[in-house]
Formats: sequence, C-alpha cells, structure tokens
Amino acid sequence: MADKSIIGKTGKPFKMPIEWSKVREFARAIKDPDPVYFDPEKAKKELGGIPVPVTFLQTSAFWTEADSSPGFGGFDLRRILHGEQEFEFFKPIFVGDVLTGVSKVADVYEKEGGRGGKMTFLVTEIEYTNQRGEKVAVSRSTLIETGQAVKA
Amino acid sequence: MAAKLKYDSVKVGDEIPKFVVEGVSRPDFVRYAGASGDFVPLHYDQTFVEAAGIPTVFAQGMFTAGLLSKALTDWVGIGNVRQFKVRFATRVWPGDTVTCTGKVTNKLEKDGEKLIEGDLVVVNQKGEPAIRGSFRAAAG
Repeated sequence: MADKSIIGKTGKPFKMPIEWSKVREFARAIKDPDPVYFDPEKAKKELGGIPVPVTFLQTSAFWTEADSSPGFGGFDLRRILHGEQEFEFFKPIFVGDVLTGVSKVADVYEKEGGRGGKMTFLVTEIEYTNQRGEKVAVSRSTLIETGQAVKA
Repeated sequence: MAAKLKYDSVKVGDEIPKFVVEGVSRPDFVRYAGASGDFVPLHYDQTFVEAAGIPTVFAQGMFTAGLLSKALTDWVGIGNVRQFKVRFATRVWPGDTVTCTGKVTNKLEKDGEKLIEGDLVVVNQKGEPAIRGSFRAAAG
C-alpha cells in the first residue's frame, strides 16, 4: 500500500566513518585495481586522499538501524526489488572522513506492473555531510514492492 | 583535482572504453556481499532461491553497478564523477559475460565547471541490457 503520509519523514542521523580497509575490500569486490584505492602516497599526491568508489556509500544501507531508515516499516521485504540508484557528489570524500547521513522519504507512489501485479515505489534520499559540515553527497534509491513475489 | 579528460578533446558520441568481465561467478557475488554488507540470500544461497522458484542465485544489482562505475572512473577519473545513476533491467546470472560501456551525450559549463554528460549501459552476452544509466563528470 502506498502510504503518502510518510513522504518527508526523516530518519535519525547516522555516522559513517570512511575506513581504508572497507574501501580496499569494496574496490576489489568491484574488480577495480586502481592504485588510488591501494597506495595512500599516490592517492594523496593525485587526489588529496584515498577516494571512495562511486557506489561505496550504498554500503550504509546494510548496517544502519531501523530508526535511521524511515519508510521501510510498511514494506514487505520479501517482495522488494531495487529499481534505481543514483549518487550525486558535491565535494570529495576521503578515507578518514566521518560522514553523517540523514535519510528522508522523497516519494511514494503506485503503478500497475506486468509480472508482479501492482507495484509500490519508495524513493529515499540520504544526504551526507562530512566532519566539517560540508554537504558531500546525496544518494537516491528507488525500491519497488511488487504485488506478489517475482519469479525469474 | 587532476582532470583526466580534456574537455575540448571530448566529443558528443565518444564511447567509454569497454570493461568486459567474462563469466561473473558465485564467488564474485559472495565477495561483494562481504564488501558491501548485502547479505540478501538471493545472491548466494541456492537452497533459498530454489524454494523461491528461482533457478539459481544472481548478482546483486549494485555489484554489476560497481563494475559499471569502474568503467566510468577508468575514463573520467574517480575525483571527477559528479553524478552516477543506474536503473536495473535484466538480472545477471553466474557465467554471464557483462560488458560495461557508455557514450557522451552532452557537454556543458555550469557554475564555472566544464562538464560532460552521457549514457551508461551494461549488457550481457546476449546483448540484453542488465543496467541502463547516466553520468555527469568534470573535465579539465
């Protein structure tokens, strides 16, 4: 059910320390051997620090507490698909930064689907600021709850 | 920040050099699960997926999106990505060969920054798009 009343609801701010070990592990997992993730000297010289892979901020989705992720309560996680994902970057993010993320329900709407029946779309945005209070990135996710479990 | 691309030499229609991964595998999905924290069992637990009526485990969408981001950053430089957007289409299965690429669609100057915009795509060995996306990046 699309519950429009949750639009605009924000979650409890969460901290995301940017740790080199996780960044390296993530770069390996996406098959990216770029030395900027593995050689701190080179990274500092070229960029000013060890950067994070483009999609790295997505990892916060898997450990934030329920009260930091508004909107998910009303959804059946067994019928959820990840429809879209977007990242916008405003300032560099480096290993050693401590980001603060605040999640917000940006939109909820319904559409008639094909295979899965009626679909409910949940759009959430997470705004990240760094330890200096600078807005560094926004992550925007669209999750889709299908009317029934989607078969392959 | 060092710019990898020269704004003046990039043309609309230029293609992002292809990044091809032959035969993505279950260990790839497990490694991504560990790195990302995405332990949704659809991506590694054969018993679970069969019970759900799905023939086999399949890749996390964000694993494939990560491969695509690597194709982009190899070309534009990680420090220059301003926006990256993906929409998931077909699932990626173990053994699939995926090709990540894209194309420049626009050049613009905004707030004193020279930017290029383009489309992104990941296709499987049958030519079906697994992901369609778009990007914006700074160029020097």
